[in-house]
Amino acid sequence: MATDPHIEAPAIPEALQREESSLYNRHVLDYIQHAAATGLYEIRGLGAKRRLPHFDDLVFLGASLSRYPLEGYREKCTTRTVLGTRFARKPIELDIPITIAGMSFGALSANVKEALGRAAASLGTSTTTGDGGMTQEERRSSKTLIYQCLPSRYGFNPDDLRKADAIEVVIGQGAKPGGGGMLLGQKINPRVAKMRTLPEGVDQRSASRHPDWTGPDDLTIKIKELREATDWEKPIYVKIGATRVFHDVKLCVHAGADVIVVDGMQGGTAATQLAFIEHVGIPTLAAVRQAVLALEELNVKEQVQLIVSGGIRTGADVAKALALGADAVAIGQGVLMALGCNSESYVQDGKHLSAVADYRKLRTAPGYCHHCHTGRCPVGVTTQDPVLEKRLEPEVGAQRVRNYLKTLNMELTMIARACGKQNVHHLEREDLAALTIEAAAMSGVPLAGTSWIPGMGSDPKQV
Amino acid sequence: MVRVMRARDAAPVVFDLGRQSVRELNQFLHGDLKGVAAVRVENPDGAHSIAVAVDAPVRIEIGGHTGYYAAGMNQRATVIIEGNAGPGVAENMMSGTVDVAGFASGGAGASAHGGLLVIRGDAGLRCGISLKGGDIVVGGDVGSFSAFMAQAGHLVVCGNAGEGLGDSLYEAVLYVRGDIRSLGADAEVQPMTADDVATLTQLLGAAGLKHAAREFKRVGSARKLYHWNADANQEY
Repeated sequence: MATDPHIEAPAIPEALQREESSLYNRHVLDYIQHAAATGLYEIRGLGAKRRLPHFDDLVFLGASLSRYPLEGYREKCTTRTVLGTRFARKPIELDIPITIAGMSFGALSANVKEALGRAAASLGTSTTTGDGGMTQEERRSSKTLIYQCLPSRYGFNPDDLRKADAIEVVIGQGAKPGGGGMLLGQKINPRVAKMRTLPEGVDQRSASRHPDWTGPDDLTIKIKELREATDWEKPIYVKIGATRVFHDVKLCVHAGADVIVVDGMQGGTAATQLAFIEHVGIPTLAAVRQAVLALEELNVKEQVQLIVSGGIRTGADVAKALALGADAVAIGQGVLMALGCNSESYVQDGKHLSAVADYRKLRTAPGYCHHCHTGRCPVGVTTQDPVLEKRLEPEVGAQRVRNYLKTLNMELTMIARACGKQNVHHLEREDLAALTIEAAAMSGVPLAGTSWIPGMGSDPKQV
Repeated sequence: MVRVMRARDAAPVVFDLGRQSVRELNQFLHGDLKGVAAVRVENPDGAHSIAVAVDAPVRIEIGGHTGYYAAGMNQRATVIIEGNAGPGVAENMMSGTVDVAGFASGGAGASAHGGLLVIRGDAGLRCGISLKGGDIVVGGDVGSFSAFMAQAGHLVVCGNAGEGLGDSLYEAVLYVRGDIRSLGADAEVQPMTADDVATLTQLLGAAGLKHAAREFKRVGSARKLYHWNADANQEY
């Protein structure tokens, strides 16, 4: 039928004219255009930004009639945590089950490492070195210091090994399981370069495999060597990035680990390829469950301790991780944010000064920044720049981290008391309910209001 | 209970690993070694972690083959292995000397920060991987991927080198007398300088080897992978 030339065709509606593709949305378009313009993949800091099933999808079933709560202010709830009881002569004894995750000097400034050490020491918890060796600042300030043995072995030496309180063999991290460390040239200043035996200013790529062993049988021998080197005194942790957690945890147990650290995909990084951060690894929630299943199946839950990390932000997150079976948690990003990461201002001589202009120079803003990899941290946390690093005063930073960790610990004990527990380590899976089917399936916790755990009854060995 | 005899003269303290444990040996080596000039380890039989993390100017003779990580993290000690050495011999050595009479397995001298490792036979894969300032002299051949990501120090190969020599090399320098099966990414043959001849002559002398420095070629980093570069393709 011919169109009547006197009747104007109706305009295509605005919403159809500007219909955004969900497949090729502006985010994806930007990605493609950037790749096309540069031929390089994106590298950034912090962890996965996309929505993932997480501890937020669980709630506690506080005590009421069938369980008996403890009085918040009067009845004690202990948080003491002992790690490394299996083989080490000197296990790690902590006052709280919240530790500070491994972050390198290089990624962080010396001031930050000192602030973390001071805060942790005053709260009776531990800090961890990173892919750059041990600085004197952190050894001096931290009462309990965990020394990482990484594939790169940057700055690794027997003197520092002997000074450490425990050793953490790093197989991988949640932000990039299967990938090695990375530190871009802007952050390789003379001190960092010297500690890592690298030329100043190179874009450093660390190895993803250890230089002197491959596979779990070798790891068993490597762990024995580290024990021999330290006369069987220090606990040995093994840290894995969460992927095939059930099998990896069992291999860690067989290899002789005292403590296993499982880092979920929300775990942070100072610099990693975007594709790694968002697309490799499994969420922390799923990882905890698999790790606990593996320890239970081997009947070593009482001997081998589990530390969980990757997106632990609040006291409720800590409580949920413990209820799922973790013995402790490790926090990286949350601690950096306590120090001022993504804050509008930094504190200098007691005054708040605006950092917004410096965020703008990075073409970002407080609340969105992930530019740890550039070394231009506007609040002086993830930098080696002599001017920027002064923006984080160690005492101010230490106080902020103390406040943050204390808050988490108070929230943790409050929840534990509400669940009728005198010891935070008595929190259990039965204290939890899931809000989503995904969280129920991943964590093995029934969907709230039901007794349904999707997938329950399937063979855990299939995980 | 450490069953050792401390002789008044320079006779070595003897550990027999047929009867005593590696644990007892290492505990002894980590103690006060004043007055102990030498320790002799009999019947090592491929045990792992023999003489690890020693920090004393003591001479340790191992009368046979060693397993993994012999003389690992060594500081100041002179460790003589009279047989072959398993993987990771002298790994992360800081100083001192480790001398292997026979062959060495994979990862020999891995991430060594200092000291001298001499292997009189051949070395396996990844010899001198992640080298951080130590010196390694191999009398025979080295396996593939040797000096991978080596950052500083020297690897001297008197025989031939396998595939991918010096892949992703930083500032370590390699000297090869024989053939190189292939070079790794960013490794290149470079002209020998007078400094190279002096360094190499000194290292060969320290190892007691008679080759002339001019018989060797130098392999160093082309430094093309020091910065991110799309045109480097998948060389990273």
